[in-house]
Amino acid sequence: MSQVISANRLSDGIVVFRASNGAWVEQLRDAEILPDSVAVKAALDLVELDIKANHVIEVAAFDVAVKGDHVEPVHLRDKIRAKGPTIHPGHGKQAAL
Amino acid sequence: MYRYDEFDAAFVADRLNQFSDQVQRRLSGELTEEQFRIHRLMNGVYLQLHAYMLRIAIPYGTLSPRQLRKLAHIARRYDKGFGHFTTRQNIQFNWPALKDIPEILGELASVEMHAIQTSGNCIRNVTADHFAGAAADEIEDPRPYAEILRQWSSIHPEFTYLPRKFKLALSGSPHDRAAIQVHDIGYQLVKNDKGETGFAVYVGGGLGRTPMVGHKIRDFLPTKDLLAYTQAIVRVYNLEGRRDNKYKARIKILVHEKGFEAMRAAVEAEFEADKSELLALPQSEVERISAYFAPPALPERAAQSQALETRRASDHAFAAFVDVNVSKHRQAGYGLLTISLKPIGGIPGDATAEQMELVAELAEKFGHDEIRVSHEQNLVLPHVALDDLPAVYDALAAQGLATANAGLISDIISCPGMDYCSLATARSIPVAQRISERFADGPRAKDIGGMKIKISGCINACGHHHVGHIGILGLERKGVETYQLTLGGSGDESCTLGDITGPGFSYEDVVDAIETVVDTYIGLRSTPDEDFLSAYRRVGMAPFKKALYERDSGSEI
Ligand code: HEM
Ligand code: SF4
Repeated sequence: MSQVISANRLSDGIVVFRASNGAWVEQLRDAEILPDSVAVKAALDLVELDIKANHVIEVAAFDVAVKGDHVEPVHLRDKIRAKGPTIHPGHGKQAAL
Repeated sequence: MYRYDEFDAAFVADRLNQFSDQVQRRLSGELTEEQFRIHRLMNGVYLQLHAYMLRIAIPYGTLSPRQLRKLAHIARRYDKGFGHFTTRQNIQFNWPALKDIPEILGELASVEMHAIQTSGNCIRNVTADHFAGAAADEIEDPRPYAEILRQWSSIHPEFTYLPRKFKLALSGSPHDRAAIQVHDIGYQLVKNDKGETGFAVYVGGGLGRTPMVGHKIRDFLPTKDLLAYTQAIVRVYNLEGRRDNKYKARIKILVHEKGFEAMRAAVEAEFEADKSELLALPQSEVERISAYFAPPALPERAAQSQALETRRASDHAFAAFVDVNVSKHRQAGYGLLTISLKPIGGIPGDATAEQMELVAELAEKFGHDEIRVSHEQNLVLPHVALDDLPAVYDALAAQGLATANAGLISDIISCPGMDYCSLATARSIPVAQRISERFADGPRAKDIGGMKIKISGCINACGHHHVGHIGILGLERKGVETYQLTLGGSGDESCTLGDITGPGFSYEDVVDAIETVVDTYIGLRSTPDEDFLSAYRRVGMAPFKKALYERDSGSEI
């Protein structure tokens, strides 16, 4: 299954996703889709540097389903992290979508 | 209300300096997350799903208008304009940036507040009856004792690294509004045959994955022995409580594994062995602290208020509000007003900055400067003249704070659940919202009568679901939310844990299932006055089970 790497930014805790150029981006649509476990492992190895440099915390890969150019997390928890609380449409990332 | 003395102020200032330094060192990379985590947790800073969360203690649920205004300011300046009041008489902010937290704590210190003892394996923020000092049925105000326990336990060196968190709650009335029997230690003020005041003490209660009702370890503990006896209990726990498995580390497990009688013997032995006069509470000290909690001088008033009766006669909504949200005050002509933070379809426990400011203003104008936070996630003005209720009601209604549902089915406790919490297995707030919309606060809710629905988004039970008349526990099965129901729980003096109905219900179906339970109750109650809990205790699970599960298999019920 395809995966994306996410984390929380150290300074403000906001959820971020890893883009293909190694940057941490706030929207899932800008994240790098990792097609298999080999790609995930390689990306996680690179992320170690960012953890050591104290840019991000709580790094983890999560499952996504890709349809065309739309990426959707598979699990509810990750959907909520990618959008914001379901009860506050104005809060979190969904506000900017 | 309690005012910090020099020691308190210096202690909070010291802690703030230390933590500011730790945050700076973390942001600069000098501390790793692993090194920093314990410091952040000791200062109430968690990481949730979307951001950090700051949990601020409101000891025994008592707030001044100045403090509530400060919370409103923090909500507006550092958060998204609101805060969430919790079942432990804390307030949580869901979006603060780590870099701002030292500044927020500085703002809090300026009004004698902090986030210490809101996390970690220490003695946590001490909670108490939100009607303390005002309830008609009260024996004595429990808050001076709560404050004494708070001072004694704050960074107590012996008890800073307990096997697990430790929660104390106190009630001053026979009717327990503080759920003391599901705390690690619960204290109930009682009078003995000689008319002296003391405590009935409960030990080993708790919720979470292994819920237990506390055992009464003492029928009567003289008030002067409060600290010595508490120390004896915490010592036995600190020495014998399990540290090998965090799920078995609470005192309830020790009491269960050791056996209650053996526990009692160990506590009494420890108490006898170290009954040093050092810890005996001198009456002068109790009096000194009690002076801070002296009730406001309430001018005498007629028991019946003409202003209230006139308005009631012409305004149904006002009449409903008074009937449901005003409780009996110990002084004639006054009421205890519950301000519901459960608007129909709203988020239980959330208050906006504007709402906090309004409540602060009403407390100043009409409430003798006192505000309480209840473990049921509502606010309380404990001393309102009945004559002033029409004006208070109008002001509240203008800010969406006049929902007439205190104690009714839409007055739901809900933990944050998966919308915020990283430990959650399911959402809880939207379930509360849908139940609230289904039953609302009109004639149907009044007909259903007293009903406590409590929802948790995982087995940790922060929403107290085990002691809900109807409890809802959100779980995950094969990647899908499923909700387990329990019936017949109660967190008051008749404390019981609810019974599980059977298989869980989907997110879509859970509100219908609640409606089935409610309709079944309406159908079988002996009189309209028999409330849900009494009816359940009389008839048991069978009729509810039948209604919930046999319908699906095609029977004609
Ligand atoms: C970041 C959010 C939270 C985390 C990580 C968290 C964690 C936990 C955990 C792990 C337990 C189980 C403890 C045990 O059984 O030993 C627990 C229990 C509890 N929490 Fe929370 N909680 C959170 C939010 C809340 C909120 C918002 C409330 C109030 C609404 C709350 C109030 C309680 C209560 C009342 C209990 C059960 C009583 C007991 O300790 O036995 N917690 N929490
Ligand atoms: S019960 Fe579970 S989901 Fe709810 S706040 Fe507690 S830990 Fe989070």
